[in-house]
Amino acid sequence: MILYVISVGLSVTMGLMGFINLAHGVFAMAGGYILSTVMARLGVPFPVALVVAFASVAIASILLERLLYSRLYAAGELSQVLFTIGLIFVSVAIARMVYGTLAAPITLPDYLRGQVHFVGRDFPTYRVFLIVFSALIIASLWFGVERTRWGAMVRAAVDNRGMAQSVGINTRVLFMATFALGSGLAGLGGALGADILPVDWAYPFEHLAYFLIVVAVGGLGSLRGPFIAALLIGVADTACKYWVPEFGAFLVYAATIVILLWRPMGLFGVRA
Amino acid sequence: MAAHGPVRSPRLSGYTSNPRIRWAEWLPWIAALAFFFTLPEYLALGGRILIYILFALSLDLILGYAGIITLGHSAFFGLGAYTAGILSAKYGFTDPFFQLAAAAAMAALLGVATGALILRTKALTLLMLTLAITSILYEVANRASGLTGGNDGLSGVTVAPILGLFKFDLFGRTAFVYCLIALFLGWLFVRRLIYSPFGAMLTGIRENTARMYAVGAPVYWRLVLVYTISATMAGVAGALLTQVNQFVGLNVLGLEPSGDLLVMLILGGVGRLYGAFVGPVVYLIAQDYLAKQYPEYWYLGIGALLIVVVLFARGGILGLADQWLKALSRPKSSARASAR
Repeated sequence: MILYVISVGLSVTMGLMGFINLAHGVFAMAGGYILSTVMARLGVPFPVALVVAFASVAIASILLERLLYSRLYAAGELSQVLFTIGLIFVSVAIARMVYGTLAAPITLPDYLRGQVHFVGRDFPTYRVFLIVFSALIIASLWFGVERTRWGAMVRAAVDNRGMAQSVGINTRVLFMATFALGSGLAGLGGALGADILPVDWAYPFEHLAYFLIVVAVGGLGSLRGPFIAALLIGVADTACKYWVPEFGAFLVYAATIVILLWRPMGLFGVRA
Repeated sequence: MAAHGPVRSPRLSGYTSNPRIRWAEWLPWIAALAFFFTLPEYLALGGRILIYILFALSLDLILGYAGIITLGHSAFFGLGAYTAGILSAKYGFTDPFFQLAAAAAMAALLGVATGALILRTKALTLLMLTLAITSILYEVANRASGLTGGNDGLSGVTVAPILGLFKFDLFGRTAFVYCLIALFLGWLFVRRLIYSPFGAMLTGIRENTARMYAVGAPVYWRLVLVYTISATMAGVAGALLTQVNQFVGLNVLGLEPSGDLLVMLILGGVGRLYGAFVGPVVYLIAQDYLAKQYPEYWYLGIGALLIVVVLFARGGILGLADQWLKALSRPKSSARASAR
């Protein structure tokens, strides 16, 4: 589910906006670090820290978008790939200088630590919370993109930017806001999942492949795609490590290749 | 096209059937020989640089000329490295040329097999597929520790003297000359290739795929072919690395070496033959000096440099040099427009 929240953000920037953003993990990492710092130094409660992580990552991403990303919308894929790899390098170096090489410590509030009793079984509260929370995000995103004016505008601008502009949509602001939303979601995902996917300086590199797989398999430009892909990958990966640990991540990659060869645009890809 | 009539320079005409080697093109080789005689204590680093130049050259062929974006070129490099290593350490084949040939064959096989599968896709899907392939090889190398040594790496690689005469010495003298010769042959081959009609076709595919289909070019098979050629070269480079180090580590596979290589090529200048020469030299020497003392600043610097290059200097170091040269010579020859 964490994978989903992070990669749905990626699906927003990469799928909706058509920008190959490998540096997405950077925003997730930033979210995790901000959460950890705000909670440890300022003693802010967990929910507030989540909001802070989301908002500050979103704001920082607006700066980045204005200064750097927007120059590359029209550039080729290669430039975008290289640029975002450069961004990963820089952020990894900075994270390591500021926070050292240890993972960021996260202390969960007490009410998320225990177990939940449900239909005769015990579930860890934290995970239940994650699942419920992610489901809420999914629902609101789906509503936002499919059913609101904003969503319609974004979809129009992505399909044909020139046309959208000429009917009076301010695509510059729209893309900026969309990018901020996508990055903010990544930050939120990184912060939420900090207890399961520990946040450390190599985070953007380690999980890069997973984020990319989820988006590529799910298909660009859809919200349902990454959701199902994240579930699939998550379940497959866990099952794999449980039953055939000697294969490691092998099966996930193999499955990715098979799916992409079968459906090159991803399971639910709409854009050619 | 420019096949008839006097040819002024291959860079200006883009496609010539038989370009002569200009004097400036001998400079890298003179520099390499000078390096061999003047700085014997750095020959180990020098040999590594030569290998990475060959590797970068192979990437340049598919990325710079054919426009195939890949994050998985290390798959072939790593496969070549492990082929040579396993042949030597586990099966006792120590002849260096046999190892090279076997590595080239394995890499070519993988190249043609994966290339035929993935080259129908493009953009993100292609990127993801190449990454997945090298990641799979990484996992295999990591798990099959009986064969590859797994996480500890494969040691005990022995290489017989070249032609029974030249032993690999401690100072890397033989290794340097050996790699230099391999690189020279690779360079001659790539140079011939990119100035041939085949090379012109690749450039055409990169610039406008639809039009190449329209003129009847077998786009897909050309891409598979160049992908296989490039894979073979990368495999040879990997095998050279094994022979020189007499060791294979897991760091030849996966995302990281592919990324490093991409950075090197971009720094030097992608899509130009000598970008592959300049990039690794600058990158590896800088890494040798800086990375050991300040690892954090090294990544910061590389990252920042990459962003700057992408935003402001598309052609890399050589592209900048080109612009300056052009600016210098503009008063004299402003009438003659450049083809690129």
